[in-house]
Amino acid sequence: MLAEYFPILLFILVGLAIGVAPMLLGRLLGPNRPDPEKLSPYECGFEAFEDARMKFDVRYYLVAILFILFDLEIAFLFPWAVALNDIGMAGFLAMMLFLGILVVGFAYEWAKGALEWE
Amino acid sequence: MDLRLALIDTAWTLAGIVAIVVPLFVAVAYLTLWERKLIGWIQIRIGPNRVGPLGLLQPIADGVKLLFKEIILPTNASKGLFVLAPIMMLMPALAAWAVIPFAPELVLADINAGLLYVLALTSFGVYGVIIAGWASNSKYAFLGAMRSAAQMVSYELAMGFALVVVLMVSGSLNLSDIVAQQGRGRFADMGLTFLSWNWLPLLPMLVVYFVSGVAETNRAPFDVVEGESEIVAGHMIEYSGMSFALFFLAEYMNMILISALTAILFFGGWQAPVSSALFDAVPPFLWLLAKMFVIVSMFLWIRATFPRYRYDQIMRLGWKVFIPLTLVWIAVIGLWMQTPWSLWQ
Repeated sequence: MLAEYFPILLFILVGLAIGVAPMLLGRLLGPNRPDPEKLSPYECGFEAFEDARMKFDVRYYLVAILFILFDLEIAFLFPWAVALNDIGMAGFLAMMLFLGILVVGFAYEWAKGALEWE
Repeated sequence: MDLRLALIDTAWTLAGIVAIVVPLFVAVAYLTLWERKLIGWIQIRIGPNRVGPLGLLQPIADGVKLLFKEIILPTNASKGLFVLAPIMMLMPALAAWAVIPFAPELVLADINAGLLYVLALTSFGVYGVIIAGWASNSKYAFLGAMRSAAQMVSYELAMGFALVVVLMVSGSLNLSDIVAQQGRGRFADMGLTFLSWNWLPLLPMLVVYFVSGVAETNRAPFDVVEGESEIVAGHMIEYSGMSFALFFLAEYMNMILISALTAILFFGGWQAPVSSALFDAVPPFLWLLAKMFVIVSMFLWIRATFPRYRYDQIMRLGWKVFIPLTLVWIAVIGLWMQTPWSLWQ
């Protein structure tokens, strides 16, 4: 059972190696002549002003929080979807009830303008 | 199992991985050429034709050039994370291929949680983007990473819901089973296999899945993340040489991966469209390849055709159109499966 997952582990390791190798090769084969101007952050030729890690719009947080809610919902839906042919009408209605509650929440956040990006 | 057997087993698995990775790299290289050629033709230009016959050596020339470029480590950057980010992009783009079935029985890891694994790994890509944007400590990179995080996360939801519908009709998370299931049904018995594939009853989900796939890979018209005319290159701006090449490779690998998944989930994977002596003689693997080629060319066609969306339009499409649509379709298909007219007994 667990042995089936061994190729995946191996593939992930190979993937990491294939990621690291070009970086090392590029470092070895490419030139390395740093100077302060070259290593400064790119800002269309201007001197960089203030910190790049600035304040940003709170809506990005909002999207992240909404994403967590809905992604959990998808995680709940996966096992249900696989078993749907066996659990029949009762299983279908139970999930519709659950989805219905979530849709109420979705409609509320929509009405509150949480999805607006003017 | 003694040590010798285990070693032989590992060697075979490694050989399988090489047999996937090497053609994949060739495919990525020539996809870049095909993209430039196709978009050239669409715009009545010739496209690259200087390096080698018909420009066929162009991708190799590009690769060699990138290899000999300096890798810049900006002074302000968080060095460790800065180097880690491209690797974090490439690793999941590669490792997801472990569960893709290329033909009946021809799959590296035939696991039952295949689709879950693919979903997990494709969502992993967003870490690479965020880490790159944060570690670069540059304004453009930071803005690009913020946009991309919100966009990828939004479209992942629509994608996840579309996958749930596919799961409902397939009753399995195993990608080989999902393909096999599409070869059954009334039309398949009549020899018209292509009418039994998922694309027909799940047409809205196919559209949602494919468009979300374009958005997930940050391709035009959803490329505000890179947006070369406003934030230059977004999260990739401070990267150069091979560290940039890894981002580039990951993006194209993800495009090919989305094409493969679209073919497997909606267009019957390796199955021939019509069952006839001539079509059945073609190796199943070639059918999958042909479907992938058509779908990946769609990515390029879309890029050549549509202007870039505004950010608010992208978020509106994801949250206000796709998510409600997928929720409705879950209910419709769920109800359909409870009726005597269900196609998926």
